[in-house]
Amino acid sequence: MTFPLFLQHLANAISLGSLYALIAIGYTMVYGILRLINFAHGDIFMMGAYVAFYGILLISLPWWLAFAVAVLLTSFIGILIDRGAYRPLRSAPRISALISAIGVSFFLQNFAIVVFSGRPKAFFRPPLFTRVFVIKGVNILSVTFFIPVIAFISLAALSYIIYRTKPGLAMRAVSHDMETARIMGVDVDRTIALTFALGSGLAAIGGIMWGLRYPQIQPLMGVIPGLKAFVAAILGGIGSVPGAMIGGFVLGLAEIMLVAFAPALAGYRDAFAFLILIVVLLLRPTGILGRRLEEKV
Amino acid sequence: MKTDPKEMRRKRTKTFCEAERMRGEQHMIERRLGRSMAGGWPGAALAVALAFSLVALGCQSDQGRGPAGTDVIKIGAYFPMTGPYAAGGQMTMDGINLAHQRRPKVLGRTVQTVLVDNKSDKVESANAVSRLIENEGVVAVIGAYASSNAMAGAEVCEKARIPMISPSATNPLVTAGKMYAFRACFIDPFQGLVMAKYATETLGARTAIVIQDVAADYSVGLASFFKRSFTELTGDPGSILATISYQTGDQDFTAQLTVARSKNADVIFIPGYFGDIALLAKQAKELGIGSHLLAGDAAQAPELIQIGGDAVEGLVFSNHYAPEQSRSGAGKEFVDAFREAYGDVPNAFAALGYDAYNIVLSAIESQGEATPEAIRKGIAALTEYDGVTGVITIDENGDAKKSAVILTVQDGKFTYLDTVTP
Repeated sequence: MTFPLFLQHLANAISLGSLYALIAIGYTMVYGILRLINFAHGDIFMMGAYVAFYGILLISLPWWLAFAVAVLLTSFIGILIDRGAYRPLRSAPRISALISAIGVSFFLQNFAIVVFSGRPKAFFRPPLFTRVFVIKGVNILSVTFFIPVIAFISLAALSYIIYRTKPGLAMRAVSHDMETARIMGVDVDRTIALTFALGSGLAAIGGIMWGLRYPQIQPLMGVIPGLKAFVAAILGGIGSVPGAMIGGFVLGLAEIMLVAFAPALAGYRDAFAFLILIVVLLLRPTGILGRRLEEKV
Repeated sequence: MKTDPKEMRRKRTKTFCEAERMRGEQHMIERRLGRSMAGGWPGAALAVALAFSLVALGCQSDQGRGPAGTDVIKIGAYFPMTGPYAAGGQMTMDGINLAHQRRPKVLGRTVQTVLVDNKSDKVESANAVSRLIENEGVVAVIGAYASSNAMAGAEVCEKARIPMISPSATNPLVTAGKMYAFRACFIDPFQGLVMAKYATETLGARTAIVIQDVAADYSVGLASFFKRSFTELTGDPGSILATISYQTGDQDFTAQLTVARSKNADVIFIPGYFGDIALLAKQAKELGIGSHLLAGDAAQAPELIQIGGDAVEGLVFSNHYAPEQSRSGAGKEFVDAFREAYGDVPNAFAALGYDAYNIVLSAIESQGEATPEAIRKGIAALTEYDGVTGVITIDENGDAKKSAVILTVQDGKFTYLDTVTP
């Protein structure tokens, strides 16, 4: 393999990895605070992309405003989902909320099929994101520069909220011990609603960036990215936000390099991603940056 | 990227009409759930139940609802209304519905079509066919759009001794060794040859790369037939520089395409479905790949052009039908009726769906009875049937011997290039 060719693969890997990272951040944050694997995360990601799509198409908003509105609206959808599907189960065993999350996932998929139709739609790409730069034989699409930057900004903003603000303090308190936090005067339901709003907003950002990179949106578009983000979150240590970031990049790199060095196996790269999941769970269940679970509860 | 706001707005209205119709059904579920809610179900169970009932609902064609009696002849249809092949299934159903509208009776009895969504999935296809045969009691089945779905359905039909005709499944294995499976289209060995000939003779290509979907029987089959014909025509066993795989559902093809770019082949053959081809073409352009892109019949869908935009300009693919062929007779009548019903020129899948429905009805007419066995005999004996996609004769395997057309994308429209006869 020649060096420029390797660099092109590396550029592709960073592009894909940062997308996984962006989705995984929201996934892992909700888990870190609530100990709930939100299986609907991939479908909230899809809703975010559709809201942006219709914002541009129906109300003819400028794209940046449509994207901002989509992120806000999707956060609101996240609050609604928590209200409808998770809050009634707050005191139920954890497995009930997990099953409810799977139900929400199916519901959102079928809702999207009914309302948006099952046929794929072309996602609008502003010219800013579609310029191609050729640097020493490596072709890079401009959106590829934005995705890692947005992922890092999201990571920084999230860390700031969790560690430097009062609602963040409440989130950490709820994560440590929900009952004690309640006794200490933390409004637990509001804090959890905020957690879902943040997680869903991040999913929407992921959905929009995904649409800009791969401009085809359809109701089941969230399934595979959602699973990949799950793998990335486990890989990085579920519950750890920087871990999810690293996990996303590692997964993107692993997938692209599998295709680069073994093109014949390219059709099995999803299987490869899940193989990584199994190996990580067997050898290092807490992931790259995860601490032992006992410490956190 | 070009997006025509008018076109999008029209699509949107259509989608909302569909949504409106389905919302009626949704209300029904909500009412039903409302009663059980009185028992104090938690909200989450409601969400799960609603999701599952929507899944279980399936889909029924509007024309199909008539009084169930011995007088009605029921014909089943299983097509993807959702999932990656949704566009293909919906295009085919447009043709079937139009055919049903224009010919709602045979032998003086009313024909009813029952549609079940196979969700673009193999297992769902087998389930859909079982449901059509066991619950609906259909005498014949039309479907599916994709070869892998049709193979799963054909197995069930064969066991139940119900004839099945697929409008567009081109993989030879769909009908091979089966008595009850037929198709209204040509098969992939021919299609592979047509495209290999086009590549070598018209484009003068000496080298090719094939990018196939390992999860789709159609794609893997057509890829191998193309490779065989291409190496025979160039006389060089090394003329296929690489075969690269992806899987249905993949959206990122940059790694595959970067490998392809490093080989610098004259043509890249992509025997995939429209959505994948659109994304592949877009990413190929972004990576600066200059090779000529070629594809098979599954490239045709409005989504190819909507999503692919200027990246699919110049894409050449083989297909079953071009409205330009039909300047007289049944073909022209079909084009006019289709334009009146849907406000658009018909595509290959609508035309094949139209033909498939009419083949079943003609079989019933020729045998004078509407039993599964009679329909099987009628379809098997079909010779020189004047369909809208050409003259159809069913051979001993249950396949149609037909010519292919070559289409290209020009100025955002499917444009006719040539007709190739076997």
